[in-house]
Amino acid sequence: MNRDDLDHAVRAIRIASDVDIVEARTAVRSLASEVGFAGTDLVMIATAVSEIARNIVEYAKRGQVICSVVQTTSHRGLEIVARDEGPGIADVSQAMQDGYSSASGLGLGLPGSRRMMDEFLVDTKPGRGTTITMRKWLP
Amino acid sequence: MRVPILKQGDCVIASIQSALTDEDLYQLRDDLSHLLGKYRSKGVIVDVTVLDVMDSFATRTVRDLAQMARLRGAETVIVGIQPEVAFAMVQLGLELGNVATSLDLEEALALLQV
Repeated sequence: MNRDDLDHAVRAIRIASDVDIVEARTAVRSLASEVGFAGTDLVMIATAVSEIARNIVEYAKRGQVICSVVQTTSHRGLEIVARDEGPGIADVSQAMQDGYSSASGLGLGLPGSRRMMDEFLVDTKPGRGTTITMRKWLP
Repeated sequence: MRVPILKQGDCVIASIQSALTDEDLYQLRDDLSHLLGKYRSKGVIVDVTVLDVMDSFATRTVRDLAQMARLRGAETVIVGIQPEVAFAMVQLGLELGNVATSLDLEEALALLQV
């Protein structure tokens, strides 16, 4: 893929089951690799996607993960948006704490993913779903 | 995809060949638990060399299977966690608890002394 094509590259993955979690992290990882991420960064991006996609399956049952290339004047990176119309998160600051989980998880998904990415935004309303936007910039 | 499991002396060895779904991981846990009873194995080795992601679910399932094996008289060694994967696991706050790990199969067999 040449640079112009890459700037507009978007991967969208529908999430409805555990199989889609693997699909999402594979697709995001491949785009991340094309953008220029390598080694530890690639693994961290894929792991963060896995955690976020699993949250969708676990709490909202279905949703989607959209991955695209972001470019500022000086930086190039990857943006991953995970969106669902599930129950939403009642207390975001609580959900961002290590060890807090309302389901069967370890409670490390959100805070752990935030640590692995450069930017991490949660937009949620109880009953209205959750959108998580994460970005990682090339070093 | 079902993970192939081999019997080697007093050991059962699961060699993961590709990325696993949650369902595959549960299947692996159950298969290992069943086979170590059938073969009366004293050791369980899980080779995760090909895994490029060990997220919270995979880590918890591996920890659970090691705990189940211990309750049934067998010790578990996880083999081949890649350096990048180890780094991401630490960032995520994941631990394998008191489950033994090694870099290769040879070392795992030596650890188990089987």
